[in-house]
Amino acid sequence: MGVRSWFEGWPVYRQLTGTDPLGRGAAAKSDGSRALTARTDTADSVARSVCPYCAVGCGQRVFVKDGQVSQIEGDPDSPISRGRLCPKGSASKSLVTSPLRQTTVRYRRPYSTQWEGLELDTALDMIADRILAAREQTWEDVDTQGRPLNRTLGISSLGGATLDNEENYLIKKLFTAMGALQIENQARI
Amino acid sequence: MAEAHPVGFQWVMEAKRRGAKVFHVDPRFTRTSAVADAYLPIRAGTDIALLGGVVRYILDNELDFREYVVAYTNAATIVSEEFSDTEDGDGFFSGFDPETGTYVQDSWQYEGHEGSSGSGHTAQERDSAAGLTHESHGAQVGGQTRRDETLQHPRCVYQILKRHFARYTPEMVERVCGISQEKFLELARAWTENSGRDRTGMLVYSVGWTQHSVGVQYIRTGAIIQLLLGNMGRPGGGVMALRGHASIQGSTDIPTLFNLLPGYLPMPHHAEHPTLDEWVDSIRHPGQKGFWGNARSFAASLLKAYWGDAATPENDFCYGYLPRMTGDHGTYQQVLNMIDGKIKGYFLLGQNPAVGSAHGRAQRLGMANLDWLVVRDLFMIESATFWQNGPEVATGEIVPEECRTEVFFLPAASHVEKEGTFTQTQRLLQWREKAVEPPGDARSELWFFYHLGRKLREKLADSPLPRDRALLDLTWDYPTHGPQAEPSAEAVLREINGYDVTTGRPLSGFAEARADGSTAIGCWIYTGVYADGVNQAARRKSRHEQDWVAAEWGWAWPANRRILYNRASADPDGNPWSERKRYVWWDAEKSEWTGYDVPDFEKTKPPSYRPAPGASGTEGIAGDDPFVMQGDGKGWLYAPSGVLDGPLPTHYEPVESPVRNPLYGQQANPTRKMYAHPVNSVNPSPPQEHGQVFPYVFTVSRLTEHHTAGAMSRTVSPLAELQPEMFVEVSPDLAAEVGLTHLGWAHLVSGRAVIEAKVLVTDRLTPLRVDGRIIHQVWLPYHFGFEGLVTGDSANDLFGISLDPNVLIQESKVGTCDVRPGRRPTGPALLDLVADYQRRAGITPGQHAPAVTTDDEGKEHGAS
Repeated sequence: MGVRSWFEGWPVYRQLTGTDPLGRGAAAKSDGSRALTARTDTADSVARSVCPYCAVGCGQRVFVKDGQVSQIEGDPDSPISRGRLCPKGSASKSLVTSPLRQTTVRYRRPYSTQWEGLELDTALDMIADRILAAREQTWEDVDTQGRPLNRTLGISSLGGATLDNEENYLIKKLFTAMGALQIENQARI
Repeated sequence: MAEAHPVGFQWVMEAKRRGAKVFHVDPRFTRTSAVADAYLPIRAGTDIALLGGVVRYILDNELDFREYVVAYTNAATIVSEEFSDTEDGDGFFSGFDPETGTYVQDSWQYEGHEGSSGSGHTAQERDSAAGLTHESHGAQVGGQTRRDETLQHPRCVYQILKRHFARYTPEMVERVCGISQEKFLELARAWTENSGRDRTGMLVYSVGWTQHSVGVQYIRTGAIIQLLLGNMGRPGGGVMALRGHASIQGSTDIPTLFNLLPGYLPMPHHAEHPTLDEWVDSIRHPGQKGFWGNARSFAASLLKAYWGDAATPENDFCYGYLPRMTGDHGTYQQVLNMIDGKIKGYFLLGQNPAVGSAHGRAQRLGMANLDWLVVRDLFMIESATFWQNGPEVATGEIVPEECRTEVFFLPAASHVEKEGTFTQTQRLLQWREKAVEPPGDARSELWFFYHLGRKLREKLADSPLPRDRALLDLTWDYPTHGPQAEPSAEAVLREINGYDVTTGRPLSGFAEARADGSTAIGCWIYTGVYADGVNQAARRKSRHEQDWVAAEWGWAWPANRRILYNRASADPDGNPWSERKRYVWWDAEKSEWTGYDVPDFEKTKPPSYRPAPGASGTEGIAGDDPFVMQGDGKGWLYAPSGVLDGPLPTHYEPVESPVRNPLYGQQANPTRKMYAHPVNSVNPSPPQEHGQVFPYVFTVSRLTEHHTAGAMSRTVSPLAELQPEMFVEVSPDLAAEVGLTHLGWAHLVSGRAVIEAKVLVTDRLTPLRVDGRIIHQVWLPYHFGFEGLVTGDSANDLFGISLDPNVLIQESKVGTCDVRPGRRPTGPALLDLVADYQRRAGITPGQHAPAVTTDDEGKEHGAS
């Protein structure tokens, strides 16, 4: 490094001669930070998404690197949010990558004091069997005057409101077809 | 709004920058108050008194937008002479039936329509939360009405309104709400001065408004003001509901609710709707004006989407397959039924009632008495571990070794691990692309329900039972893809949109719906979201590349309309009310409606169109009737049908209140839904005795850093770190009165529970002078529970179960409690403390307070 380049690399010099007289940007940049690259620049792909918290519907861009979410940022194109996210929306990456997330099926037997593991397909099968048994035990064909009821009051459901419309559609369709009437969601709360 | 919807609040700040005045009404001073032009602290539960005061101010000073009001609202319509008002009935309208605690609505009708209220079953309508079906349209009313456009007839709606609100004076607002007359008048003046031809004002509420025993009437009062001031259907106007969940709007549009089918079609009732014809007629009301005249097409198309080839005109499109309601099947009734052992199995899908629903103890005791429980969530939530870690385990009420509930916890996919649409709070559908695969066993609800349905159908394939036909005939052949056989969300969206059964062509709009079985539509109000075979909800044209309406970003129902009833943005002749507020107008040269938005009107129906006498359906709507989903085409200042607790909003005290209603002998909403169950109770309020046992008012709301029951925030380290502890905000005066120290502990007691919290002494809460005495209010966040990175007692445990009669939503924004210094007791001593309070307050669990409290009735019903 020559004297000249050493001198020109001095932040005070850069501040006095460059475009950053207040010394809060380019003039103060170190070699270390100059070498940094934004995670958004190195992402393999970007998904256009929507914040999962409140109902404002802020646009999100989900950056993916090596099959993992590497960053979630506000979508500057969105006419709703103009790129902004609140503290919760900004924490979305921490939400989806949280180490506390459960990723395996957990099963608690009646009267048990602990959880145990269970295969997903086995769980699905057991749940299907229990639905059919509950229908069997509680089915009502008609009321006392012979008018159709076609239902079971033995099954209940309460859904959150972070489910997709497509999911709610299948939930309502399937429960209705199985005669399960007591289907509710957060909108009642 | 700045706290719970911070990014939406940027638009309020934009408006303020352009000269708008911002008024903030809240029991607690928040970040919104900090930047508002005026902050009005209010006693929780008194919003109708405040807004009613504004209505009176408008009418008394004749500040209504008269041309709009006469042409577009039902102000001129003459009401039956049988109607009598709460002013004459000490808080009761005509038609109250004390036996059922509901109204027969015949006398509320427009003149000449007395026999056609469809009333007589109001108790049943309450049980089925029938008010919810009106989310997309008005209630039943005949199309032909008598009007007095001079607004002088003593029984026209305008005059009735004037009499009804005559006592809601600034003095009364001060007495009821604790808001000074000066502050109130500042609000009333600003609201009226900023409305009219050139200006519009907006009312913004958060959906805590719905969590009151008079929640629907809160919103009605706001709507009355906005109609009187000509703020509906116009840019910068309206009543803006700030919903709190990413797709809460979508989950009522495509409901997972017991009383609704997609597109606000009612779930059939066993006695009222035994046949398809009776069901359809109950929706379309033959003879009524407006778009619901096509209800048969929407209904037949839904059944066709459900049951495909099996649904034919000959078998009424399998209408017989639909399960029937017989009464109240809502979530709170269900929980009580769980405690009583009537329910076998329970699904929780991204929902945490152990923390998020009112009366947490009832929720947890109910879940502890099931055969089986399926919890699908991202995290191990309180509703999955109540049998192990719940407060009732500490008190000995739930013993793990004796708790029979079999629990399946199935991990769910997050919002970035699946594709699909959310409907945000302005009815806008936005498609999310999938970013990554879900980890491990995590799956979407789409996956879970599709494969569950597949398994059920396999297991029943040989069933001869008639009850299994509905499952076996169901159209359930969605294409799947990827390593987990994920069903195609686009295929489901296409079915929601609807298609031509013969050609498979996606429909472009709901006008294409047919009643002959040639169209299948999963949710008719969403028709158009897949128009031309294109996923319109996935549109992402940058805001920089389109105008401010941004019609090419996502897709809004109905028909991509961004402002509903926007015909009202033009005057009766079809011209903009002003240049400044130009939005949708009639283009006489082209003979069509045009503007910045999709006109909410038949495109070529001229302003001069007048229906032939007796015309019904869409033909009955005149060229200057903007409210096209209403039975008379008018905005309803007065609701002759459909609102079960009255045609006009009336101030009732919250179910739990330290104050005797200053306006009427009737204390609380007489039609509220009450449950006399041993687990439930209500703290005494005047005129009952012993109210002083619970002398303080408490209210709850959100923190910016947490989300509802905490499953998506107390589990997330940056958010948990920002708000790590349960706390209660109290005023310095109350802290002195009770002996609380800042950062010390307090516990709060209701007739249901005792919870503890750290104390935050702050001026954000102000003691209010109400009816001649000081009322202290405390505030709590409701996010905390016993799982997650940060834990604390749940504020919702304090509430009992009392519901709004129209929609069966609980009163969980206001209650009464006692506040004491120090930590709460633990173990059985905790139960003893609550029992002692119950004894002192004269609470007998299983009995509710008398519904009627007018003088004579009050004595008779032993208000003691």
